[in-house]
Formats: sequence, structure tokens, C-alpha cells
Amino acid sequence: MNSLSIAMRGIRERRVSSAITIAAVALACSLLMLVWAFKKEAEQSFAGASGGFDAVLGPRGSKLQIVLNALYHLDESPGLMRWSDYEQATKFPAVEAAYPLAVGDNYRGYRLVGSIPEYLQNHEYAEGRSFELESGGSLFASGSMHAVVGAFAARRLGLGVGDTFHPYHGLVYNEGAKHEEIYTVTGVLKATGTPVDKVVWIPISGIQTMSGHNPKAATDVSAVLIKLKRGASMAGFQLDMMYNKQGDRLTLAWPANRTILQFFDKISWFDKILQAVAALVAIIAGGSILAILYNAMNERKRDIAVLRALGARKRTVFMISLLEAVGMTFAGVILGFVVYAGLGMGIGEIVQRETGVALSPFTGNAAMLWAPLGMLGIGLLSGVLPAIKAYRTDVSRNLR
Amino acid sequence: MALLSLKNLSKRYLSDRGEWTEIVRISSFELDAGEQVLLQGESGSGKSTLLNVIAGIVAADEGAVTLDGTDMRALAESARDAHRARSLGYVFQNFNLLDAYSCIENVELGMAFGGKTDVALARKLLERVGLGERLNYRPDQLSQGQKQRVAIARALANRPKLVLADEPTGNLDPSNAAVALDLIQSLCRENGTALLLVSHDPSLKDRFERTIDLSELNEASSLLPGSEGLS
Repeated sequence: MNSLSIAMRGIRERRVSSAITIAAVALACSLLMLVWAFKKEAEQSFAGASGGFDAVLGPRGSKLQIVLNALYHLDESPGLMRWSDYEQATKFPAVEAAYPLAVGDNYRGYRLVGSIPEYLQNHEYAEGRSFELESGGSLFASGSMHAVVGAFAARRLGLGVGDTFHPYHGLVYNEGAKHEEIYTVTGVLKATGTPVDKVVWIPISGIQTMSGHNPKAATDVSAVLIKLKRGASMAGFQLDMMYNKQGDRLTLAWPANRTILQFFDKISWFDKILQAVAALVAIIAGGSILAILYNAMNERKRDIAVLRALGARKRTVFMISLLEAVGMTFAGVILGFVVYAGLGMGIGEIVQRETGVALSPFTGNAAMLWAPLGMLGIGLLSGVLPAIKAYRTDVSRNLR
Repeated sequence: MALLSLKNLSKRYLSDRGEWTEIVRISSFELDAGEQVLLQGESGSGKSTLLNVIAGIVAADEGAVTLDGTDMRALAESARDAHRARSLGYVFQNFNLLDAYSCIENVELGMAFGGKTDVALARKLLERVGLGERLNYRPDQLSQGQKQRVAIARALANRPKLVLADEPTGNLDPSNAAVALDLIQSLCRENGTALLLVSHDPSLKDRFERTIDLSELNEASSLLPGSEGLS
């Protein structure tokens, strides 16, 4: 029997109020970590999921819409551009590679994206990392009725090599909008942790000439993904000037990852609201500890007096009270990590389903250190006032 | 040398009316090691204050309280607490067991602040007071008499030199009171522990080697409100 075990017993004795306090601390701690650490992870993952491209060329419109549509396979295409625009982009000396994309169909809600086979064959979506097929698969050939399925989409759709499917018109799944064409899956991509994973890839001609599509747009493309040569940073400026300032028909989103970071900046007001909510919950948790322990001190004056009569020093009862506060906070912090992991994985799953971007809640971040330590500090401070009350308990008056 | 010695002891309290009232004034009192003394006194005779001063729970304003060779008044509060934890056992009229703890844990608490907790000794003491079958019962599962027996075991748990008992039979029926007294006295004898028991019950006189009338010992008691007519 020591101060720690006496403090732990105190926590256990007030099961309901202790559980509520621990839950409040856990909620505050997990919110603080989610708001700071997970948000940072999301920003970095989204910016890093630009798929190894420096720029995206699209029809005149919003850069964010072009990037979301072409790189993250979200949102609609702002329109169409000519095949010659793609060909022109490939001819710039500073352009290492350019790949056309065409969108407009889906299979059970998963987007069909048309491109050329070289994209999946030659492109590095990250430094030194090329697309790989699961064993037994092969890429589609231009003009074929073959499909290569991203890892996440394959898992969700239950598609494997040799399976066939009908595409559906539009980006949103509508059972009544089935195209007549039948595609055969020839390969499944290994997971990349990028939006490529949630897409069904087919030859670009497949989208362009799909039954029911406007024959006049049979050579049009939705966007062009551009990779610049190493060290050609000035080329980005030049292309930006050419397309965005001097031209009025196309839009170049360059640098591609900055566009997505600007998007995060635009919604930073939402972060501030979340931060305020998290801070408020942390304060409420601290107040809850203070209120519970302070009220408990009124009920426990006799117990404290008995402990003092048995020889407990003033600083011992002070420490017991403080340990109760720290103990509840510590339990809350541990639970907070569990809640954070659960919420983080849940949110990560949703984000991956919607965007293909893989988020890990366990990437090291300073917030995962200061949030728990901050909560422990709040718990400690909240315990001081009740501990002083315990310290000052009049023994002779409370021994009856 | 006496185990406990009080010399020119005085304790005053500030009343609600802002006046100092002397509660305890004792010129001289001594208790030898292993001795069992009954202090007889009615309510208002300053007995609880006297026991608290001896225990070092409150400090005397004047005089000396020497327990086991240590002047309690010369010690800082934390040192008095430590001395109490090592040298004293306390039995209260209202038992003052902690409801959140089982019988054996309450006894362990009696050792917690004076050194190492000895679970085997706690079990042995509870078996000695007849509660070996109720080690894990909580106080609210016990009768009044059983509660006081746990309190007696707790008071002896740290192998004290002196046990202070404040009206230990006050809340017990006659048969339980007799059992409790037998236990306190016999356990103190077995352990060589001195006993200073305060009670207003005159029938206890025959059980003790020495009986002292608190109203005579405490020169301040005749001055206390409500103390008129005390013998």
C-alpha cells in the first residue's frame, strides 16, 4: 500500500465520474492529435500524391479543379481539349514526358480513366518507383478492350485478371447508364498509396469512342499530365506564361503540388475551428478533473483525516490527490491514443476510398508528443487545487 | 524512563467569539512502557484534544510531550507525522475505517506510513481478532463490533509503543464492548504495547492497573463550557 495505490483506489471508487473524466481527456487528446498531426500528414500525403508530375494542362478553368480531376480523380473535368494540345505539350524541350487523360465513365462508382500504356509502363510515380502489376497480369495495348485496375479499386470491386465488365456512363454510378462495350481485366496494379489505386485504367481511345459519346470529341482529351526534365524549373515559368498569361484557351496548373497546398490554405479556417474545439475540450477535461476531485475532497475530509491520523504526512495526502489527477489524465491520454488510432485509421480508410491517397495516423509528428504532454500538464494543474485542499484538511476537526 | 511524559502541557483554541480558550492544562503525567491506563472523563473534559496533542496531530502551545524519548513539540509537523506512524496506534469511538478498503487493506493502511506493509501480519492480526474469515469484507458488510475489531487490528499493525483509544466502546453494545476491550488489552499485553484509554464509563475501572480522573488531571477542564459538576 503506497501513495500510488491509494490514489488509484480513489479513481476506482469514483468509477462513473472518473470514467467521464478519462473519456473527456481521451477525446481532447485524440482531437488535438487529429487536428494537428493528422492534418499535417494529410497535407503532406496529398502534396506527395501528385504522382511524380510537375504540372497538369487542362481546359481553361480552375487550376484546383484541373488538379483534382487529373491527379486525384476527384471532381469533374472542366471541359475538353484537343489531341493537338497534348501533342504540342510533348514537343517542348523541357518536357520529359506528357500523358493524355480522358474521363467520363465509371464502373460501379470507380472512375474509368483512359490514357496511353506508356503512362503505366514508363512513368515513375515517385522517385525510383514505377507501377508494378500483380503477378500474372499485363498492361493494356492501345486500342484494345483491356483494362488495368488500381489496387484499391480491384479490392473493392472484386476484379481480377480475366474478369470482364461493362463501363457505365458518367462519373457517378447509374445502373441504367450501362455502355455496351465489354472490357477484360488484364492486370491489377500493386498498391502505390496514390490516387492511381482507385481507378480502372483503359486505353484512351476507349473513353473517346465509347458508345453514346459525342463522335465530335473522339480525339479530345480531358487533361495532360506533364513531367518536366530535371533542373528545368524555368521551363515551368515559361509554360505558365504561355498558357495562363498569353493564352486564353488552356490552363496550366504548375507546380501541381502547390495547387493542392493552396487548397489546404483556403480551408485553414476550418482547421482553426477544429483547433478551437480541441482546445475547448481540453479545457473542459481539465475543469472536469478539478471539479470531480474538488468535490470529492469535501466528501473525503474524514478519510484524509484518518490517513493523517495513521501517520500520513501533509505532503503525502497532497501527493495522493495530485496522483489521482495525473492518473486519470494518464489513463485518458492512453485511451486518447487508442481513439486517435481508431479515428485515424477510419478517416484514412475513408480518405483512401474517396481519393486513393493513403494516410497513416502513425507517422511521427511533434503534436503526438506535445498533445499528450500538454494534457498531462493540464491534468496536473487541475489537481493542484484539490491537492491543496487535501493538504489543508483539519485532522482533529474531521476525526469524529 | 517513562514511555510517555507530559510536562506543563497547555493547549488553547481561538473560540468563535475570538477569545482564546485553554482546553488542556496538565502539570505532569507519565505512562510507562507496557502500562495500561484508563483516563476517565466526561464529554467536554478535553480528552480528544489531549489525545490529539499526544499523537502529535495538533501541537501543544506550551510544555513538553515526550514519547519514546522524543519531544514531540520539538519536531516539525512532518516529523511528528512520521513519529506517529512509527510509534502510535489509534482507536476511535467511530472506528474511522475507510469504506473503500477491505478489512485487510484497512489494516495494511495502518502500516503504510510507518514503514513496510506486511500483509502476513495484517492477516494474522485479523485472525487474532476473529475476523480471519472476513479479510476481504468491506466495513459496510460488518457489524459495529466487527468494525471496532478491525480498527483494533489496524491500531496494532505498525507494532506501536503506545495505543491511544478514544471511547472505543462508545458505539458498542455491552457484549461487543467487552469483546473489544478484551482484545485491546490482551493484544497490547502480547505486544508489550502501552495503552492509554479514555472513557466516561466507570465500570471499566477494574480492568486497568491505573485509573486517572481526567477532570483532576486536566486543570483546564473545570474552566471549559459545560464542565460544571464533573467529578
